[in-house]
Amino acid sequence: MKFALKVWRQHDANAAGSFVDYEIDGITADMSFLEMIDALNEKLLLKGEDPITFEHDCREGICGSCGFLINGLAHGGQKATTVCQLAMRFFKDGDTIVLEPWRAAAFPIVRDLMVDRSAFDRIIQSGGYISVPTGGAPEASAILVGKDKADVAFDAAACIGCGACVAACPNTSAMLFTAAKMTHLNSLPQGQPQRDARTLGMITTMEQEGFGNCTNHGECEMVCPKEIPLEFIGKMNRDLIRAAMNGQTEANVRVDANGKMVD
Amino acid sequence: MLETNIPSGPIEQKWENCRSHMMLVNPANRRKHKVIVVGSGLAGAAAAATLGQQGYPVHNFTFHDSPRRAHSIAAQGGINAAKNYRNDGDSIFRLFYDTVKGGDFRAREANVYRLAEISVNIIDQCVAQGVPFAREYGGLLDTRSFGGVQVQRTFYARGQTGQQLLLGAYQALEEQIAAGTVTMHTRCEMLDVVMVDGQARGIITRDLRTGAVQAHTADVVILATGGYGNVFYLSTNAMNSNTTAIWRAHKRGAFFGNPCFTQIHPTCIPRSSEHQSKLTLMSESLRNDGRVWVPKKKGETRKANQIPEDERDYFLERRYPSFGNLVPRDVASRAAKEVCDEGYGIGPNGTPGGLGVYLDFGAAIKRLGLEAIKERYGNLFEIYERITGEDAYKEPMRIYPAVHYTMGGLWVDYNLMTTIPGLFAGGEANFSDHGANRLGASALMQGLADGYFVLPATVPNYIASNKFKPVSETDAEFVQALEENKKWLQSLFDIKGERTPDSFHKQLGDIMWEYCGMARNAEGLTKAIKEIKDLKAEFWKNLKLIGKGEELNQSLEKANRIADFLELGILMCTDALERGESCGGHFRTESQTAEGEAMRNDEQFAYVSAWQWQGPDQPEKLFKDPLTFEHVHLTQRSYK
Amino acid sequence: MQNSQSQGVSVRRISVASNPIIAFWQTVVGKKIVMAVTGLVLIGFVIGHVAGNLKIFIGPEAINAYSRFLREVGQPELEYEQVLWIVRSVLLACVALHVTAAVQLSKLSLGARPVDYKEKKNLATNMSAMTMRIGGLFLFGYIVFHVLHLTLGKVGYDPGEFHHLSVYQNVVNAFHHQPIAIFYIIAMGALFLHLDHGIWSMLQTLGFSNRKNQATLKGIGRLIAFLIFAGFISVPVAVMTGVIH
Repeated sequence: MKFALKVWRQHDANAAGSFVDYEIDGITADMSFLEMIDALNEKLLLKGEDPITFEHDCREGICGSCGFLINGLAHGGQKATTVCQLAMRFFKDGDTIVLEPWRAAAFPIVRDLMVDRSAFDRIIQSGGYISVPTGGAPEASAILVGKDKADVAFDAAACIGCGACVAACPNTSAMLFTAAKMTHLNSLPQGQPQRDARTLGMITTMEQEGFGNCTNHGECEMVCPKEIPLEFIGKMNRDLIRAAMNGQTEANVRVDANGKMVD
Repeated sequence: MLETNIPSGPIEQKWENCRSHMMLVNPANRRKHKVIVVGSGLAGAAAAATLGQQGYPVHNFTFHDSPRRAHSIAAQGGINAAKNYRNDGDSIFRLFYDTVKGGDFRAREANVYRLAEISVNIIDQCVAQGVPFAREYGGLLDTRSFGGVQVQRTFYARGQTGQQLLLGAYQALEEQIAAGTVTMHTRCEMLDVVMVDGQARGIITRDLRTGAVQAHTADVVILATGGYGNVFYLSTNAMNSNTTAIWRAHKRGAFFGNPCFTQIHPTCIPRSSEHQSKLTLMSESLRNDGRVWVPKKKGETRKANQIPEDERDYFLERRYPSFGNLVPRDVASRAAKEVCDEGYGIGPNGTPGGLGVYLDFGAAIKRLGLEAIKERYGNLFEIYERITGEDAYKEPMRIYPAVHYTMGGLWVDYNLMTTIPGLFAGGEANFSDHGANRLGASALMQGLADGYFVLPATVPNYIASNKFKPVSETDAEFVQALEENKKWLQSLFDIKGERTPDSFHKQLGDIMWEYCGMARNAEGLTKAIKEIKDLKAEFWKNLKLIGKGEELNQSLEKANRIADFLELGILMCTDALERGESCGGHFRTESQTAEGEAMRNDEQFAYVSAWQWQGPDQPEKLFKDPLTFEHVHLTQRSYK
Repeated sequence: MQNSQSQGVSVRRISVASNPIIAFWQTVVGKKIVMAVTGLVLIGFVIGHVAGNLKIFIGPEAINAYSRFLREVGQPELEYEQVLWIVRSVLLACVALHVTAAVQLSKLSLGARPVDYKEKKNLATNMSAMTMRIGGLFLFGYIVFHVLHLTLGKVGYDPGEFHHLSVYQNVVNAFHHQPIAIFYIIAMGALFLHLDHGIWSMLQTLGFSNRKNQATLKGIGRLIAFLIFAGFISVPVAVMTGVIH
């Protein structure tokens, strides 16, 4: 198979970027999308040109490293699939394929198709955990979790933090990511003591990191490789109502050197 | 020479005694002792978070963009713990026994016993963190039996146990980062260990974003950088998993333990083309309900579903009636290789003579119903379909063994300290616990045991019992190490040859798989050593890189890692050649029983090989760390 | 957006507001919930409004009586128009909150992707969802006009055409001006789009929508939006076609 590629090339966050055209031949249907770029990069390196920088690691759809837009769709738009698991058999011989990085103020471009998603880590820092100093845990069977609750928690915890939800969102919102993380911990009995502070903290940090607001387009759930559903955003919203009802005003948020909350 | 520091006393009391007599560091003094943790997988993140909680200033390094992406995340099947929730006869002793036996009697009894003891605390810790383990309707934790054991001691979170456990550790780590006890260095790869007065006192790193090479001081350095299976190029490891951190430590004096012990996992999706960049594992939990078979007739051209029951050879059930499809990984892998070598294997679309065997769920679907199978393995079937385009509910999967885990790693004593004082190794990066073969669901257990419980006890003991002279990045040792590493990186650019880094890596992988893979012999290994030496020479003459080191440069990252893989490959083959017995994942064709099973030689080889670097292009020197067995009776493993 | 390590920014547990209501309102999700709840009130109003409008088909007496009822309800315990003004205040407050939240949230979203995609496709969203902001702005303008027009008679009438409380005649006179009738129909089209997404979106935001009922709820939302649209435009259409005169 043969393809024409239009790839976004940008040297760093501050440089101007542009699309560059490439042609690649000799691709077979069983190759993965990233293997196709590997082949192109080998060719580029031999020609003395800069290979395309992209993030990747496990290549089995679980580490969440890879991801960019293929023909306008995050991860290429196949159901429950990351770029690394996208097979070339989904493309037609001779197709033109456009590759563009995730675009968001909160995800500055590092280089070419690689972006900085550390904003997600900072959302976790504001409450995406249950505080259990090592060694202080009670006997595991002392905590009962009904199967239905455990299943909801798992469905939410399946999020791999790839950022496709933000990339696909017309509002550049990180609600699906944040809601998934929150639903995981807030559904479990272990997560209850910190529930309200977690909710307020993570939601506030999400805004501090520069993500947009959700208007329920539903684009995020369509491209999520782990099929995290929109309903978790509804759960998050209810958790915020709950936090307000419980009088929650304290939360972990980002503060400047003077201890003042950053916008 | 090798001091294992195994505590005295009965095996059940060794760890307790050891912990009770460890030196402690006053809470107010802890903040004066900086600890570096390299790697943020299960062992690294757990150790960094726990030491941070204790009050040590921890600096955690990962080459990933986030600590959550470490390759522990890809483990599917589960984590063992001797909880005996099923009342099916499990105990700490039985887990200990199974692990030593499963490792084919090449692990230290004391270490393994400690692992079995701690397994119980790990589950408590992870449940409290909110890890969404599978549950029964009554709300209790569900368990299943897993690869090669007869009790149900494996806790799991659908097919994502690794991701869920890592998220638990990652979240604990992020909490500490927020609290300011842990400083996280992402996109930062370790290049070297810095020694001052014989102690490990820091590391040299390269910032992958800017290319800046930097020195970092500390009182203790912990390496939790994972395994080196990518020496085979094709493996189930993540693309960026590498040996650089432990190899550079090895070159600074840390002994390398059992480098040749490699685990080949039986249930992977077969290789489909030469462009393939990695192999995908299918959790071996699939073997709980799937039956492995090949056609009885050579050259069979019918599709799997058209082959009647009596014309199928369920070769694992036939050869190992009591364990059947659940024999340990090394046994299952070798059996699959053998039937394929004999010509019974199946290629894509059922073509005869390929490298693959069937894993069939037909019977299980009939017995348990489609829904039950979907509930248990749904995500694995999806992975399979995505990669192969085939629906495994309708036709059997095809599987073939692939390199999965390396039992070898830096040699450590009971305290997980390497032969360099102040340099510790945890998780897959050390050699301990699994002997010559790792049982399923034991890697997660060991990573977390090391990270949450062992290192946070032994590292403070080291700090309390040693003196640390003040060091700074401007000291001669650091400046010199910095210069050496900058020079090393520049020397890769200076080659200005014609071959890409990947082309060398692929060729190295082919050599390793051919001669140091599932079956090894003296002749092949000797040949492999020569071929790798030649390849290494060519690498240093003909490598092509472009750009510069002082910027993001993924080709340089690869080349830097491949240079180490080439040296490691030589050591692995040397070790495999030296160990003239078969044991666990190490199968020497010269040492097998009449039935073709692996044959150990306990008189000559009941030891851990610990190799010492002797300088570039010098043969390494072997030290033997003898293994004695007081609680487990040495037997020829039999799963018949 | 802040990069923690570089600018001395850290995470700390602080009180983000003096009381939980302010803390709630300060967040994006809080504002979004306020939009959903005020949206719900406004949907309720719109349904009541359309039901009242349809009385015009019964005859002048019916609708004029309804108009008097709205003012006299609660008498003699309450004052003339007291209930009406309470309702109007609530509605006004809802509109104010709905618009304030919308403006603030839109600002956030519009700034969250400074460099846009050169090629971007959507899989789930539709015209209704994509036009919420611009459509909302248009509807706001329409409402101002509508109040000045049919409620106060300040615009859109020839001198002497508008008489307070003569609802039937005011409506017939209003829609005899064809451009105004067409403008009303277009505005109701915009209302349909706004409600088509808005009703389901409100349910989703308040946590009533899930994987199983999502398609059903979206269908119900669209049906309600359409019935409201049909109910409202029936009046100008009836005037224009001479059914009401």
